[in-house]
Amino acid sequence: MEQSLTRTGKANAVKDKSFSRNNMVYRKRRLINIFNMGASTLAMVFGLFWLFWILWTLLRFGIEGMSTEVFTQITPPPGSQGGLANAIVGSLQMTFFGTLIGTPIGILAGVYLAEYGNRGWLAPATRFINDILLSAPSIVIGLFIYEVYVISVGHFSGWAGSLALSLLVIPVVVRTTENMLRLVPNSLREAAIALGAPQWKVTMYVTLRSAKAGVITGILLAVARISGETAPLLFTALNNQFWSDMNQPMANLPIVIFQFAMSPYEDWHRLAWAGALLITLSVLTLNIVARWMGRQKTQSH
Amino acid sequence: MTENASKLQVKDLNFYYGNYQALKGINLEIPANQVTAFIGPSGCGKSTLLRVFNRMFELYPGMRAEGEILLDGENILARDVDINLLRAKIGMVFQKPTPFPMSIYDNITFGVKLYENLSRVDMDERVEWALKKAALWNEVKDKLKQSGNSLSGGQQQRLCIARAVATRPEVVLLDEPTSALDPISTAHIEELIHELKADYTIAIVTHNMQQAARVSDYTAYMYLGDLVEFGETDGIFTAPKKKATEDYITGKFG
Ligand SMILES: Nc1ncnc2c1ncn2[C@@H]1O[C@H](COP(=O)(O)OP(=O)(O)OP(=O)(O)O)[C@@H](O)[C@H]1O
Ligand SMILES: [Mg+2]
Repeated sequence: MEQSLTRTGKANAVKDKSFSRNNMVYRKRRLINIFNMGASTLAMVFGLFWLFWILWTLLRFGIEGMSTEVFTQITPPPGSQGGLANAIVGSLQMTFFGTLIGTPIGILAGVYLAEYGNRGWLAPATRFINDILLSAPSIVIGLFIYEVYVISVGHFSGWAGSLALSLLVIPVVVRTTENMLRLVPNSLREAAIALGAPQWKVTMYVTLRSAKAGVITGILLAVARISGETAPLLFTALNNQFWSDMNQPMANLPIVIFQFAMSPYEDWHRLAWAGALLITLSVLTLNIVARWMGRQKTQSH
Repeated sequence: MTENASKLQVKDLNFYYGNYQALKGINLEIPANQVTAFIGPSGCGKSTLLRVFNRMFELYPGMRAEGEILLDGENILARDVDINLLRAKIGMVFQKPTPFPMSIYDNITFGVKLYENLSRVDMDERVEWALKKAALWNEVKDKLKQSGNSLSGGQQQRLCIARAVATRPEVVLLDEPTSALDPISTAHIEELIHELKADYTIAIVTHNMQQAARVSDYTAYMYLGDLVEFGETDGIFTAPKKKATEDYITGKFG
């Protein structure tokens, strides 16, 4: 009894010393803390300032340029009435087909890397090349498709644009698919294998399924990435003043914005702002949805 | 207890994780339609042994087994054995529940569909049968379409047991199946093990001496990769032949 009393007494004495507000170490740490908090808050404010300025400008001019014609009429010659309908539809079409082509390839490659790529040199090599592709300047991708596709068919086309975009989709999807599959615990794979299931069934019905939300998030991020890309479309889809099918040069928002914004015409400027607002809003929405899906995933586990 | 025909015969089994030898010359006969418990301190190779029985170790590079394991007289470690068929015959339940990301119903049918073509009615019957075996039917019969992840930990574990018995394997391997469960779920599962014995041969790893004594007919005590003692549970727990076994069982060890 007595012994335990003295012990707590001693402990208290130690406590008093180390937790007093005047403790040198503590005071120094607090100052450093305040300084760091201040610095990072400043940095954040600095970043947000520009972001909001950009968004504000975009909203101001974009809403001004917005009208129903933007969605119903095609791109006009300077000085006459018109909209962005053909560019919007062109962008949607090429984004859609680019995603459609790139996603299956990306998922298959990601599955290979995560589920089969534990042995041998092929998987590390693929991963390395994929990382290069992931950070390749998109204009290089555009030039590549120009060389191998546009030149051989002899004209720019929506398909060429879709191909270029799909090459941007692939590395993003490969990376996220692999990462998401790696998060699936091995015990789940083992449980399915222990029932006598062949590897492909395990992957299809168990592993991919439990990584589904993450894989879809990756696809959404890939879509967000390609929907604002200009460079890969410059040498592939080019542009079109009119409606076109996938085998002709195709109008698309990023290039129309570029062309219209560079022009000296006031009404073209307004349309460019409207287009920029449209792209930004859709990319923003996609990102938010992707985040939200990612959040759902982490919560369910 | 009468002598039984042995279901699994382990002959001179050595197992290596790379250079590390985790099982050293194991010789053992697991009798059919009996429960055999594996006990021993952490790291002695109980899980390793279980994972050799269904060749789970082959998923990972660098692991290798030497020797023979005969299932009804046929060496399952032989190269020409169809490994998926073997695993269908030898079910396994792991320490942590591992429900598949699908409905409770589909969790059960996943394994069944791999090797059997059942009509809708037969499949429903099989699901009910398996869930009843695992003492889970009453709790989930109204929500078979719900995700397996929506169940509690103990229910998930019983779901995994139902999943394993639904395919009607010949042997069921249980690796510490109740270590994460509350006493009531544990009791459920122990009852279940008793019941399953009629149809299956069961091997269970457990750290719980009382559990081993309660559920098993035979007990194997392992230490540092060796099989120290193996015999009828009554004998092992009342009059162990080796000092080491006695020390472990009475808690003098570690
Ligand atoms: N994947 C592995 N790679 C290398 N060594 C391993 C691996 N798994 C287990 N071991 C080693 O093999 C030995 C036996 O491990 P095992 O998992 O079979 O023990 P256990 O008896 O099941 O223990 P526990 O009661 O803690 O589950 C241990 O020494 C362990 O360190
Ligand atoms: Mg273990």
